[in-house]
Amino acid sequence: MKNERKRTYLLITIPILALFICFNTVPLIKGVIYSFTNYKGFGNYDYIGIQNYIDLFTDARIGKSYLFTFKLAVVSTIVVNVLSLLLALALNSKIRAQGFFRAAYFLPNVLGALVVGYIFNYLFTYIVPAVADMMGAESLSTSILAKESTAWVGIMIVCAWQAIAMNTIIYISGLQTVPEDVYEAGALDGATGWKKFWKLTFPLIIPFFTINMVLCVKNFLMVFDQVMALTKGGPAQSTESISYLIYNNGMSGGQFGFQSANAVMFFVLIVVVSVFQMKISSKKEEQL
Amino acid sequence: MIENKRTNWPVMICLILGLSTIIFPLYMTIMIALKQPSEMTNSIGGILSLPKSWSLDNFREAMRITDFWRSLLYSVLITGASVVLSIVLHSLLGYVLGRTKAKSKFYSFVYYFVVSGMFVPFAILMMPLAKQTAQMYLANWAGVIILYVVFYMPMNTLLYTGYLVNIPVALEEASRVDGATTWQTYWKIIFPIMKPMHATVAIITALSVWNDVMMPLIIMGGSGANTLPLAQLNFQSQFGTNYNLAFSSYLLALIPILIFYVICQKRIINGVVNGAVK
Repeated sequence: MKNERKRTYLLITIPILALFICFNTVPLIKGVIYSFTNYKGFGNYDYIGIQNYIDLFTDARIGKSYLFTFKLAVVSTIVVNVLSLLLALALNSKIRAQGFFRAAYFLPNVLGALVVGYIFNYLFTYIVPAVADMMGAESLSTSILAKESTAWVGIMIVCAWQAIAMNTIIYISGLQTVPEDVYEAGALDGATGWKKFWKLTFPLIIPFFTINMVLCVKNFLMVFDQVMALTKGGPAQSTESISYLIYNNGMSGGQFGFQSANAVMFFVLIVVVSVFQMKISSKKEEQL
Repeated sequence: MIENKRTNWPVMICLILGLSTIIFPLYMTIMIALKQPSEMTNSIGGILSLPKSWSLDNFREAMRITDFWRSLLYSVLITGASVVLSIVLHSLLGYVLGRTKAKSKFYSFVYYFVVSGMFVPFAILMMPLAKQTAQMYLANWAGVIILYVVFYMPMNTLLYTGYLVNIPVALEEASRVDGATTWQTYWKIIFPIMKPMHATVAIITALSVWNDVMMPLIIMGGSGANTLPLAQLNFQSQFGTNYNLAFSSYLLALIPILIFYVICQKRIINGVVNGAVK
């Protein structure tokens, strides 16, 4: 009887685990091995020790892509969380057609990032400059995607447009967990407006704040589709995200080995950021 | 307390105004998709006004260029198969690990081994996977399906294992006493009970797979087959400066998910929230 159960468990686990190892663990290990070679993606290659890793730290293009990706991730995370918290409060207040508004504001999240990127590409290239011309705002009369200093803002806007939808809905489900009597008790103590939010609501939805932070940072660090659709890394390589650079130079740029080293570093970084975030958030939750 | 029930009109107005940020890009897409290039004067009016004559020519042409029906078929096939396989395999694994990981060191290790796969970014896997799938004759839609099933395994297993905590073991034991095998018990008792989690997993997996570009681009990019998003990428150069044609194609690529969303938005929102919060 018990043996039958054990055997069934094993028969289920082993094939699925084998599949996972074959298509996740093995390529991961292979990636690490490639990172110690000068493989171009074809032909012969040699093991060159940690040379790739040394080169990573002196390569200006790599440095630029890490700076861009982090700038994007940090700014987007802040913008998205502030806006979606405001939106969630609005959608959770006493309004009519609540269901309709919630569904409408969630819509951007279900659309494909690549196609959304193409649509915004047109919007930034033709519509925004034309509107700016009419209103006499000269700084906006050329496409923001064409300028090195502003192209990242375009990518941020598109990322935010979709991410706000997701984060808002998570904040709403957080706000719904706050019991009404907390507010009633707060009202007796004279908590209103800003104070009410900061002292009563926010501490109670911190777990949801944590989820959103983790989701945001992870997604934005891995940004790819938006870059592909909006700038292809340009102008002057100012918007190459880490994933885009690995894809572009590793798959077709003859830097298979070198970009594998980049990918390993990126992987380590994702793990460090995730662990760091979880530590911080679990501490914050304990304090409450 | 009565005044609390009143509609908050200032917030309402802000929300209506805010909706324009969502409606405007979609409106622009539809207008450009319906127009002919000759109607697109350089002013905004020309771009955003209603088309002078209604015609679906752009769509016909876009369908022809991007081989729309074939791309749609691949998208449906890949998404459908990935979702079904994910539900079957991930729920099985989630069940076994959920029931054993507390007592067995081996299963506990398997659990953490699989779940920690969540930290592995696709960027590190893509180059070795491109090589590996080519060697295994899997550089096609079938390979893409297998890879999706593996790539979403950590997240989905975590969800299923978490859900299983709420299902009392007594149910299975009663069934075993009746002489059912573990395998039968799973399909008759546990699998149906996990239905809410199946819905969540199906929705998250379906949305991610349907909209994904990177995996098909890397794995089946050379196979001549496209998914809907991949077709937009691959035919960019053929659209050239004919934005009307390009936007018809974008709209065609968005329509299936828009229809799906309108029909079951409540389920989608619930599914996505469940997946994220758990």
